[in-house]
Amino acid sequence: MKRFKTIVSILIALVTVAALAACGNTTPEPTGSGTQSGGGASTGREASNTVVVGISQELDSLDPHNAEYAGTREVLFNIFEGLVKATPEGEIEPAVASDYKIADDALSITFTLRDGVTFHDGSAVTAEDVKYSIERYADIQGEESAFSNIKDIVIADDKTVVVNLNEPSTEFVYELTCAIVPQANEANFATSPIGTGPFKFVSAAPGENLIVEKYDGYWKEGFPYLDGVTFQVVTDAKMAVTYLNAGTIDIYQYLTADQAGTVNGNYNILEGSVNYVQGMFLNNAKAPFDDVRVRQAIYYAVDRDMINEMIFGGKSHIIGTNMIPAATKYYNADTETTYTHDVAKAKELLAEAGYPNGFTFTITVPNNYAPHESTANIIADNLAEVGITAKINLVEFNTWFDEAFVGRNYEATVVAVDGRLAPSTFFDKNVSTASNNFTNYNNPEFDKVYAQATAEVDPDKKVEYYKQLQQILADDAASIYVQDPSNLVAVNANLEGYVFYPISAQDMSVVKYK
Amino acid sequence: MKYVLKKIITLIVALLLISLIVFLAFSVLPSDAAIAKLGQNATPERLAALREQMGLNQPVFVRYFVWIGNAFRGDFGQSLQYTGVSVNSLIAGRLGNSALLSLISFIMVIVFSIPIGIFSAKRRTVVGKATMTTVTQLTMGIPSFFLGVLITYAFSLGLKWFIIGQYTPPAKSFGAAVVYLIFPALAISLPKIAMTVKFLATSIRSELHKDYVRTAYAKGCTRNQVLYGHVLKNSMVPVITFLGVIVAEIVAGSIVVEQVFAVPGIGTLLITAITNRDYPVVEAVVLLIAFFIIAINFIVDMIYMAVDPRVKL
Repeated sequence: MKRFKTIVSILIALVTVAALAACGNTTPEPTGSGTQSGGGASTGREASNTVVVGISQELDSLDPHNAEYAGTREVLFNIFEGLVKATPEGEIEPAVASDYKIADDALSITFTLRDGVTFHDGSAVTAEDVKYSIERYADIQGEESAFSNIKDIVIADDKTVVVNLNEPSTEFVYELTCAIVPQANEANFATSPIGTGPFKFVSAAPGENLIVEKYDGYWKEGFPYLDGVTFQVVTDAKMAVTYLNAGTIDIYQYLTADQAGTVNGNYNILEGSVNYVQGMFLNNAKAPFDDVRVRQAIYYAVDRDMINEMIFGGKSHIIGTNMIPAATKYYNADTETTYTHDVAKAKELLAEAGYPNGFTFTITVPNNYAPHESTANIIADNLAEVGITAKINLVEFNTWFDEAFVGRNYEATVVAVDGRLAPSTFFDKNVSTASNNFTNYNNPEFDKVYAQATAEVDPDKKVEYYKQLQQILADDAASIYVQDPSNLVAVNANLEGYVFYPISAQDMSVVKYK
Repeated sequence: MKYVLKKIITLIVALLLISLIVFLAFSVLPSDAAIAKLGQNATPERLAALREQMGLNQPVFVRYFVWIGNAFRGDFGQSLQYTGVSVNSLIAGRLGNSALLSLISFIMVIVFSIPIGIFSAKRRTVVGKATMTTVTQLTMGIPSFFLGVLITYAFSLGLKWFIIGQYTPPAKSFGAAVVYLIFPALAISLPKIAMTVKFLATSIRSELHKDYVRTAYAKGCTRNQVLYGHVLKNSMVPVITFLGVIVAEIVAGSIVVEQVFAVPGIGTLLITAITNRDYPVVEAVVLLIAFFIIAINFIVDMIYMAVDPRVKL
């Protein structure tokens, strides 16, 4: 009998573990709260000039070269800098370097190091550290990455570093936002990291928080304003709303319109975008999606405005190609209107393609971002109007990754894809031979223009090529690009200066108390 | 002594079996730690490199035996998710928080349920009975995590008695830690208090009908003398076993409630480790919990033997 009880107890423990593995978050949705008028949350942190930022993802590594999560890069942005760093406009500005020059043949970039840039331990940044950092990052990124284009790195003198390339590229300089770290600290990269950024590392508790404080020796005069920042992990957005209302955290991003509506008046809701290309990606190798008419028919059938309205209260940016509007220089806005919501047109195209009565397919949706599932549901409703039956298969993100992204074993999937500062990073996945071409898109014309775009040295011509690429994707209806979702950020009303970046970054150096 | 030895052997076999089941479960689950870590940035080449670095390219049984060999020496390896962090240090940093939470919850169960249980066994009016049944049934029916959300709304957002998410570890301030943990402990223990009250009251009432009670009354004992001198001791025997189960349930319940109150305990660690396929962490935490539950059962058996001399183990 007692042995039975022991077994039962262990089974209960195991079942609990299994149930948790299966369901993840079980917190019910908060049911609104009263709004208070007036100023910001009185947290007592204003007196110490510090803020607590809620972050939605755990940090996977404190070593900037090994950090993979977008959520980690967003935080480490405050501790580390590259030769150049991103600006809110999506351009780059010199950081550890004071100046750079791309050679006319685009085969080398010459960097002049900035005077007076020091690591957080007080030591000066040397040309050797720069060479070491870029080489280490390139090594970690591997043979397939953009960094394989580096031929060698030459230290011309104490203040000058030249990066030589194998293939001409005017975009490679965008990649040199990679962190410059002191070689002397190699043993402690993952435990007590040292960089050149506005904040220096104080402590980190895995899965809980990361604490940083102002670096007095920062090269940019007057920054940062704050004396300290705690990044606290709050993975559940609904939980974060509770934390905001309780005054536990000052800033939290990626809220949906519903969630933002339940945050009290102590916070301002700022609107930006998440800089993702969200949509229904189609496996171009699987029938019937191998027929351009079918893909176009789906595009005509899908009501993108309805998705935006229902999920993001109309605040997202509707798109028609694989590019984010925040990349203003390269973005081709014409693609937004290539397709309109036109049921008759959709039916006509379907009939032409030989599916007058529609067909049935499955949309695979990863569970890591709630709006994906809602988007899939609305698309399924839209498609029902033209006789297509879409079934939705909700899977764990890791399963999606394994089977859909790597295995390419799916029909359609609602996800979001991103890119980095270099425009090519948005389009490389549509090159027919690319290892991450998970949609199996194959258009020789696209491949040709892509090669021209990346090799082009003239900035204006480059823009033209990239715009052309976007139009090709739109005309082919390579996938059903829906929107760049809105990113609602709650910020303590006593704070000002919060800015959005077109990359993963939460820049705390420009935030201050009013 | 022979009994203790037998128990220890059972314990080792049980732990070995559990560790194997968890290991096999992880090899059946789709995806692995390398995919969880790389996310959409992964290319097949980088995945392969990371799998090799994590040792995931070896067959599952090889990995199991390497792992179990190290575990015997007390080394549970490195976390796959957090680069350069050992499993031991992850658990050490969190065990105290979880232990304190479970302890406070258990104390609350004892302190509240025994007096209320006796009280409800004594008061047998119709109204009293109905009220008691309603309250206990209702409290038992609410899941802990939901109770946690209600408590957060009432005591953090409403009364502002504590700030949700601002937990101070006991190493920094023991008092502050206890004050914060009272609220999650309440969420964990309320349903358990209701169960224990019901169980104890039933146990007392069934004892009250036994012959020795009539004898006690016959020799002139007062009602309270009978209740506290004779009945309570006898009715506690099944309650001790029940409390053993309650402790196990408190540990299981704290896994969920820690999440709601953002207590950095082994429960939150376990959940993130499962999501990230961080099997060395999951293995160690599951083994720890299993060990604890088996130990509790062992202790219950010992107490049982001490309380009731008829029990021969």
